[in-house]
This record gives sequence, structure tokens and C-alpha cells, in this order.
Amino acid sequence: MSETTLGGIAGRMPRFIRRADPAVLTAFACIVLLLFFGSLYSRSFLSPEYLLQQLKVASFLGVIATGMMLVILLGQIDLSVPWAVAAGAMMACAAAAYGPVGVALAIPFGIICGMLIGVVNGIGVAYLRIPSMIITLATNAVAQGLMVVYTGGFSPQDSATGAMRYLATGFAIPGVPNAVIIWALIGAAMVFVLTRTGFGRTVYGIGNRERAAYLSGIDTRRVVMIAFAVSGGLSAFGGVLLAGYASKAAQSMGDAYLLPSIAAVVLGGTSILGGRGSYLGTVAGVILITLLQSILSVMQMPEAGRQIIYGVVIVAMLLLYGRAPASR
Amino acid sequence: MKDWRYWLAEQRGTLLAFGIFIVMFVIYTSNHPAGFTANVVQTAANKGVLLAFVAMAQTLVVITAGIDLSVGMIFLLTNCLASWLVVGTPMQTTLGVIAVLAVGLLCGAINGAIVIYGRLQPIVATIATGAVYYGIGLLLRPFPGGSVNEDLADALTGRVFGVVPASLVVLLAIVLVIWVPFSRSVLGRAAYAAGSSETAAYMSGVPIRRGKFAAYTLAGLLAAIGGLFLTFFTYTGEAAYASGNSYTLFSIAAVVLGGVSLFGGKGSAIGAIFGALAFRTIGDLLFVFDFDPLWQPLFQGVILLVAVSLGAFALFRVRNRLEWFL
Repeated sequence: MSETTLGGIAGRMPRFIRRADPAVLTAFACIVLLLFFGSLYSRSFLSPEYLLQQLKVASFLGVIATGMMLVILLGQIDLSVPWAVAAGAMMACAAAAYGPVGVALAIPFGIICGMLIGVVNGIGVAYLRIPSMIITLATNAVAQGLMVVYTGGFSPQDSATGAMRYLATGFAIPGVPNAVIIWALIGAAMVFVLTRTGFGRTVYGIGNRERAAYLSGIDTRRVVMIAFAVSGGLSAFGGVLLAGYASKAAQSMGDAYLLPSIAAVVLGGTSILGGRGSYLGTVAGVILITLLQSILSVMQMPEAGRQIIYGVVIVAMLLLYGRAPASR
Repeated sequence: MKDWRYWLAEQRGTLLAFGIFIVMFVIYTSNHPAGFTANVVQTAANKGVLLAFVAMAQTLVVITAGIDLSVGMIFLLTNCLASWLVVGTPMQTTLGVIAVLAVGLLCGAINGAIVIYGRLQPIVATIATGAVYYGIGLLLRPFPGGSVNEDLADALTGRVFGVVPASLVVLLAIVLVIWVPFSRSVLGRAAYAAGSSETAAYMSGVPIRRGKFAAYTLAGLLAAIGGLFLTFFTYTGEAAYASGNSYTLFSIAAVVLGGVSLFGGKGSAIGAIFGALAFRTIGDLLFVFDFDPLWQPLFQGVILLVAVSLGAFALFRVRNRLEWFL
């Protein structure tokens, strides 16, 4: 009896809710819950200015998490994010010091540096078959070493170009920050690639079983390599935006983005084992993490408390819906 | 008849790590201005032992085909805790040491419970618990400070009979008390079996859950011993995020150098110890060659990159291309 009632309710629900991933729904529900509790604390949490500001802050993490998601969908992980972000920012700022040509090429140069890091990762993972966790760790260390040697251990003096600042803080459409537009564009491109192209299908295929994808005639090694290059490039682009936001690059600016980007992807329902996940979930994860960080800092929670709550929330949410099936 | 061959094949990673360490250490001491003296060995041992404990902790988890990204943070947390508790009379100090080790065990057990009974992926779960442990450490020590029972600290970081570094003796004792019994017990074999093939182990009735749980818990304990030693060396507690992170990363590097397979089921903590000592020695090589310290991170990174790329030589032995994809 109760089953038919339940079926009746489910039948009357709109189609997109019935088809949605429960993980994505939970993540969005948590966002609403966070906003609700935030508004109990202070009315300004629901003001459009605050929400737009949060979306702008989230877009930096969003750009970086997009690349991370592509790699996680393959069943790999990219731990070189911190110094790919910093290298992108520093190299873009460094290029700006070389006259008008440098200023014009600053952004592409930063992104290319990030892609180079990604290509090294990709060669290691795809062709040398080194576990991604190790090789990305190693390239991260090398990138750090290169940047330390380049900057002499201090934050570089070169500042961001006007274009970088415009991308991060400007308003091309009145009321909508440019950073949000960029995230939306990159997100749309990612959704298109993942759902409408052969490359996207292949990514999911490799994530499920690389052997099967290889036997179906796919050059899986090239796909893995491209994915890592894209991830490195997007990390560096995130760094370029961050440098534009702060108007200069800093030594450890990328450190704060590694764990949140992994957490955002995983909280959004993407399986860390690869092959399963949607970009909508990643968007939810990014907003969730940004809101959580923002609310904790508005409540003037000390850093220690913030870390503890942050960790507990991630574990609790994953226990809600991220569990692996029992081995039977 | 061919027993020694099997033994050699099994210990290849460990022996390779031992070889790398010996070569590096000979280069290091022969170029050191003071040469091969008890002082040089003591300093090197004290630095290496810290990473060796954390690497041992990482090994236990990696053997089960998991990974513990919170070892560095347990290391920090126990360091902060020890700077409060390991003080006063011998009785108080003993209780303090026991409390610190118990907290380490507890952290490891929490990791194990979340990964095994909560069925979360170890990477994400330990990232999150690592944030919690770091937060608690920061709560204990918002600013660097504290103190430690200096008699005990000096005894454990000094030399035995004026020659042998005491920290190495402690390391050996820990290996004999924790690693050797564990790796020979049913639980230890279960941990290896779970890392090698969880399904096969499950089907054979091996207690994989208990084995993995024991591995995670003991990893917490070993990281706590490392944290205790850090307190003995520095006399203070400090919750430095970068330091915890780099210990986690270096522990993975040391484990790989030590011939422990990240896919699980292969390798030993002894190998990881030599991996850790070798990694530390490589990092210090720059100082004896009088390079600008600015180049140290790059040098360490390149060594790491080369070391992990060496594993790719196994590709030449692949006969069937499908073996590329494990």
C-alpha cells in the first residue's frame, strides 16, 4: 500500500528530479540548508550582493575543480594543482614585465606553463604507467623548485596586467562579475565536451575500465594525456585569475586549492574511482565548499575550528551518500 | 633448493632501497667537512628517523592498497600534544608519553573505522580527517611553544655508549616490537592479502576487515611515535600546516623509494625506512656540496621525479599490452 503511494508521489514529481543523481540533490539541499542557517545568523546572507560575491569567489575554485574533475573521471588524481596554480600566476605576471608584447601574451603564457606541467603528468601516467598520485606529486615538487629558484624565495615583484585584473574583477555585463562569466563559459564547454563529444564518452569509458576502452580501439593513452594537460592548463588559468584578483602572484597561493578542489568534485557525487559523475554535481560541490568557508569566516570562527568543521562536514556528507557498495 | 631466490625476489625493493641509501650516505659523509664522525651520523640519524617513522606508518596503510594522507597531521597533532603532556616528574612523563601514543592510536582507529566500516575511499576520507587533526593541533598550539622533559629528550636523541645514535636504537626497537610481530601475524597477512586482491582474500575467509583496521590503527601509533620524537628534537610543539603536508608527501616518496607498491600487497616497512633515510640524505647532499639553498626544492623534486620514473622500466618486461592497465 505504502509503496504505491510512494510511487504515486514519485510519478507526480517533475521528470528532472526523478532522473537526478541523489548525490547532486543532497549537495544542493545542503547549500540551501547552509544559506538557511547563515540567514538565521545574519540577514545579509540572503542579499544578492553577498550571494554574487560568493559566486565570484567560488568561480576561482570552480575553474580549478573543472580540471580536477576531468582527471578524477579518468580514475586518476592531480596533486600538482598547488604549484600549477602558482606557476600560472607567476609566469603570467613575469611575462607582463617584458613590454607590450609580454603584456598581450601574459595570460596565454601562464596557461601554457600550466599545460606543460600537465603534459609531464600525462606522459608519466599514460605512457610510463606511473601511478598518478606519485607523478603529480613529483611534478608539483619540481614546479615548486623551479618557481623558488626563479623568484629567489620571495613573492615576485611583477604585478598582474590590466587584462588579468579585468577578467577577475571587472564587469562586462553590469551586475555580473567577469569571473562568474568565465566559470560559466568553461563549465558550459566542459558539459558539452563530456556529454556531446566522443572525447567525453571516452573519458567515462576509461574511468570505468581502461582495458575495455583500449580493446574497443580507443587510444586511451592520448586521452589520458590530454586530460592531464587540460587539468594543468585550467589550474594555471585559475592561478592567472587569482593573480588578477589580488593583482599579484604569491608563493603559496595554490596551497589552499588542492584539497577543496578534490573535496568539491567528490562532494558533487563524482566517484573518486572514476567513470561516474556529472558537472552539475561539481558546481554544487564548489558552491557548497565556498559557502561553508565563507560562513565559518563570517562567524569569526578561528582557523582551528574551521579546519575541524570542514573535515567533519566532508566526512559526514560522504557517509551520507558517497559510500562504496558492501563487498558481498 | 632455490629458497634464496624467492627470498631475493621478495626483498628486491628493500635491498634496492638499502643500496641507494648506502651509496648516498657514502657520498654524503665523504664530502662532509667533518667526515664520518659520530656527530655527523647522529645528526643525520635524528633527521632521518622522523621521516622513517612516518614512512613506516604510511607503509602499513599502503600495503592494504589504501593511502593515508593524514599521517603528517597526526604527526603534528601528537607533537603539539606532547609539548603539553610530556613534562614533569618521571611518572608524569611516562603517563604523558602513554597518552600521546593513545591519541595516535585513536586517530588511526578513526581513519580505519571511516575507511573500512564507513566504506569511504581512503584518499578523500584521510584528507578530511587530516584537516580535523590539524585543526585540533592548532587548537592545542595556536602559537609555537611548550616544553618537554629534557632529560628524556636528550637521552633519546643522544648517543648510546658514545657511538650509536639513540634514535636509531629506538627505531630498531619499534621495528622489532611493532612491525615484525605484525607482519608475521594473521592480521598482518590479512592486510597483505587485502592489498593483493581483496576479493580473493574475502573469498578465502581471511579477516580482511580486522587486518586493514589493525594496519590503519598501527599507522596512527607509528605517526604518534614520530610526533613524540619531533618534540624531543625541537623541545616545542608547533602546528605548521606546510610541515605536516610535506611529511605526508615525503612519506609517500619514501615508501615508493623503499620498494612498497602503491597498488598494495607488496613491500615492507624496512624498505620504507631505508627509503626515508635515503630521501633525507639526498635532500642534505646539497648542503655538503655548498649549493645555494634556493636550489634545494628543485633538486629534491628532480630526484623524486627520476626515482618514480625508474619504476617505468617494468614496462620493458610487459609482453601483453593489456598488462599496461593493471
